Amino acid sequence: MSTQTASRTSNPASARMPRLLFGDNQFFGVNHMSEQKARQQAMRFQDLQSIIDVLDAAYDEGITTFMCTTHDRISEVCDHVRSMPERYSNFAFYPCMPYAHKYADAVTELGMLSAIRRFLPEEGVLNAALRGGRSFAKKDVEGIITLLVDAEMAMFRGLSTPVVWLQNVVVDLLIGLGFKDAFVIFAEHVRNRYGAEPGFITMNLPRALDAFDEVGLENPIVCSNINKIGFRMSGGIEAYEGALKNRQFRAVAMSVLASGAIPPREAIEWICRQPQIESIVFGASSARNIASTRQLVEEFS
Amino acid sequence: MRVGVVGLGKMGLSHLSMIQAHPDVTVEAIVDSTGYLLDVLAKYTGRRTFTDFGKMLEAVDLDAVIIATPTRMHEAMVRTALERDIHVFCEKPLTLSSEDSMALSKLAERRGLVTQVGYHNKFVGAFREVRNLLDAKAIGRVTHILAEAYGPVVLRPKGSTWRSRKSEGGGCLYDYAAHPVDLMTWYVGAPTGVAGTVLGSVFSEQTDDEVFTTMYFDEGVSGQVSVNWSDESCRKMTTKITIWGTGGRIHADRQECQVYLRDTVEPPPGYRHGWNTKYTTELTEAPWFYLRGEEYSAQLDYFVQRVNARKTEGLNTLRSAATTDRALELISRDASRGPSTSADDDAAVPVLTKPIRRPLRRLLQRYI
Repeated sequence: MSTQTASRTSNPASARMPRLLFGDNQFFGVNHMSEQKARQQAMRFQDLQSIIDVLDAAYDEGITTFMCTTHDRISEVCDHVRSMPERYSNFAFYPCMPYAHKYADAVTELGMLSAIRRFLPEEGVLNAALRGGRSFAKKDVEGIITLLVDAEMAMFRGLSTPVVWLQNVVVDLLIGLGFKDAFVIFAEHVRNRYGAEPGFITMNLPRALDAFDEVGLENPIVCSNINKIGFRMSGGIEAYEGALKNRQFRAVAMSVLASGAIPPREAIEWICRQPQIESIVFGASSARNIASTRQLVEEFS
Repeated sequence: MRVGVVGLGKMGLSHLSMIQAHPDVTVEAIVDSTGYLLDVLAKYTGRRTFTDFGKMLEAVDLDAVIIATPTRMHEAMVRTALERDIHVFCEKPLTLSSEDSMALSKLAERRGLVTQVGYHNKFVGAFREVRNLLDAKAIGRVTHILAEAYGPVVLRPKGSTWRSRKSEGGGCLYDYAAHPVDLMTWYVGAPTGVAGTVLGSVFSEQTDDEVFTTMYFDEGVSGQVSVNWSDESCRKMTTKITIWGTGGRIHADRQECQVYLRDTVEPPPGYRHGWNTKYTTELTEAPWFYLRGEEYSAQLDYFVQRVNARKTEGLNTLRSAATTDRALELISRDASRGPSTSADDDAAVPVLTKPIRRPLRRLLQRYI
């Protein structure tokens, strides 16, 4: 198991990501199979300590990277890790932003502009851009994107964040709209301001790789569903297999078990046979499942 | 297929993104009343932009439009498009008057145009499975349907968009309950009556945040609607359908379809007596492009396929949306009546049904 020691000052582009990343869906009632199960998990992880216990179990198994949303409750996890620097000397966060529901609900309630305003640390930029009804300049758009990133990153201050992800709902929205320059704005800001590598989550891997090519993002870190049954692999499993074989990118596989539709052993044996997969993100709620996932990955890698 | 997208709110933007990624479609124009978003999209994506729907139609040749403006504006826009022989995909609900909706439906039918309204739940694998089970008479004769939806939309008193104004088509009934009510009408048909409606406010000053009502359908089927969009305990909108029949019970949400079948009915292929669970993972095909749920992609693809084939029949036509609008209208009208039985009202003493009343009468005769 590789350890994650990249910090803001190191060059994360050269650092390989760990083989296993620990995800956070299970903590926040996200379950693609059952709403009942999702709710049970949300109840179980109501207390911060129950989240910390699972993270500790992962950490002690050598899985020291936590790929997490910017859910409000993650800031409590950040506080905890910050408070025990020795215990968590190798702990790394891979923040995924934005936490989309927060924005979607705000847009419904407030409208697009006021929603953006609510999440901006300072209103000046947006107001300046809108004042007098003059049209948006490119620098205004850049300013807003980078400020939204900063707002989401605030909770990770002083912690190791070697990779910063853009969530799939935003990546895929931008791909559909053809607004690909936003990827470059995000990537440059994450590199310059946080010394981190940009990562992109997508449900449309083959198409996303084309988009990144077009704007000159080389060897991008891309996370997508990759599983034996093709669950939420838009473009089809063959296109994904082709991309893994022929395209140059740093692949992170998620939903390897297809929300539990594939038995773990079968799922991990299959994923470990695929070329070019640098990391696997998985979620688990018990020390036993964490250990068995780690063992399976070691067995087949 | 040349498409225009009108209205760039939450739904419009996501429709624009998905339809633009569709291999059979080119987006010729986008329309929105506010300039800032158009500016950004024009600068970064090179789209032709308009702030006026009519001017766009004058300037651009289209095969179809996607209309995702506030509900109040639907009627005029859909009519204008249909009169120009443009196929229409419109967001739900169709209009604020079932009469208008029916008139639009007739106009589209006369002109042989393809229409569709954005009731995306019909493209959710689990909800489709419910329709298949009902077609197969899997739970015998249906007696009752419960349609629920909960979610965290309005959690504080202030709201500043059209969604918080009833006159614009905002509010929980039109914006949220429309989905479960539409599923209901898909499963058991148009309601014949409505009673006991409560349109309650939790936080909103000008509109409703919760909808509770009883609906009556043909063949003795009854239904209940329970919807609350001020429910923070749900992470996102959660829509649920439960149907009881003489031969069992069906429960479905976006993730799964749970079916209990009694041994009095013949299970359909793939089912057995007792409990059955079918998951989204097995009921859903991967779409050409995934943005926020397979159903959103699937409904647009379905529309594109129908336009290509000039297939006017299908799911979610204006006619079916008009049925839902009618149901929403009945709910809205019933709510203004308040309680039908009041605690202060003498006439409110429960009327006993016949088999009980007869011995009671004998008992009374004996003692009086």
